[in-house]
Amino acid sequence: MTSQPRRTSLFDQQKAAGARCINFGGWEMPVQFTSIIEEHQAVRTTCGVFDISHMGEVFVSGPRAFDWLQRMMANDLAKCPADGAQYTFLLNERGGVIDDLIVYRLAEDNFLLLVNAAKIEEDVAWLEQHVTDGVTIDNRSDTMSALAVQGPQAPRVFREVFQCEMPARNSFVALEKCRGAVIAAGTGYTGETGFELFFANSLSGDLWAAILKAGAKPCGLGARDTLRLEMCYPLNGSDLSPDRTPLEAGLGMFVALHKTDFIGRDALAAQKAAGLTFKLVALRMTEKAPPPRAHYPVLVEGRVVGETTSGALSPTLGEGIAMAYLPPDLAQHGQTVQIEIRGRYFAAVVEKKPFYHPSSARPA
Amino acid sequence: MNVPDDLKYAETHEWIRVDGDTGVVGITDHAQNELTDIVYVDPPKVGAVVTAGQPAAVVESVKAASDIYSPADGEVLEVNASLSSEPALVNTSPYESGWLYKMRLSNPSQLDTLKSPDDYRTQIG
Repeated sequence: MTSQPRRTSLFDQQKAAGARCINFGGWEMPVQFTSIIEEHQAVRTTCGVFDISHMGEVFVSGPRAFDWLQRMMANDLAKCPADGAQYTFLLNERGGVIDDLIVYRLAEDNFLLLVNAAKIEEDVAWLEQHVTDGVTIDNRSDTMSALAVQGPQAPRVFREVFQCEMPARNSFVALEKCRGAVIAAGTGYTGETGFELFFANSLSGDLWAAILKAGAKPCGLGARDTLRLEMCYPLNGSDLSPDRTPLEAGLGMFVALHKTDFIGRDALAAQKAAGLTFKLVALRMTEKAPPPRAHYPVLVEGRVVGETTSGALSPTLGEGIAMAYLPPDLAQHGQTVQIEIRGRYFAAVVEKKPFYHPSSARPA
Repeated sequence: MNVPDDLKYAETHEWIRVDGDTGVVGITDHAQNELTDIVYVDPPKVGAVVTAGQPAAVVESVKAASDIYSPADGEVLEVNASLSSEPALVNTSPYESGWLYKMRLSNPSQLDTLKSPDDYRTQIG
């Protein structure tokens, strides 16, 4: 039995802008408007706008909120200033990834968690299962919308819409626009400079129109996926899972093992001490080949050593790119592998991450 | 969408241009428009036997790989070599430069089961 896919508050505006939709994590979302390649290039060279309202907004507040989140999340919130944003993980006891998310520190004791669309219910259930006195969890995913504006011209778009400067990377400001409150953050999932907005559903139409008027091109999830893959940003459910840890995914810099206690810490500490058995690597096709996609076998000397977790033709490089978990001895840069595509074998090489260094990106 | 009058159409959005006992196969304007951004074409092998309604080729857009079903039974005589370097010809010229393969028809009476241009126009609305 399949339930009807949900629609964001921007569904009608996006249909009017020519959106072609697919079901993504239970949501009817634009996969593209004109062309994934065109939308990808718009973000790399000018500016694109994505509806990310399917993602979840969960507010955590209260006198114990900070201490409690320190125990629930893998990264160290003490390093996140007020008005700052931090990439982090919800882990299970085995150190596996329940979700990867961004925490926005709205105040000393007030936090916004931006979580993946397909994980909202699971994340909230996990949080509520562990909640303690002095902590309030408020899931506003249904009443809030979000837009991501990304690309070298995003700062100009921001000025035109808000008449002020775009917030710096990994920081945010609270603004008033169209008689409503907007959280504007210097975050994104494309590698380019840009911003993300979080606001009440009622502001959607006005903000969408203002951003389009300022020249941003409507973009769909297809371009969002190729853009993030060029940066080797993981997609939960593909590159991350409850059976893979952030250490295996190469995201140890977002795991604060120096914290004395957080869920999954003991498992990660043990894994680090024992040595990893898999590492998430970046693979680039080195011969003419069909685009690699998720779940293609990866071979070394005729033996299957792993499978791709994500893959695409990189619009920027014009070559196939993928990620895969491989044993550490096969995860060295320059290691040659083969990717099996429809019964044929194509050469690829383990590359240093990321595949692409955006010219507009500022140091984090 | 362009639906030329001199072709026959499969419900799965392939066309065939018949000339005696041979036919040239491609995908329709509607199909290329739905797929968009074709970046790779895996044609059948010359000499391969293809079967009506069975996968004969794969066309890949940025987003997905799509099977292309042969509109008729027969043997592949030739494939469009240009698509190896210029797969986007399927987008820009689906009925001419973007053809996929040429085949010898082993069962020409099958063609009667394919759709007329008018029927195909009705299908794609």
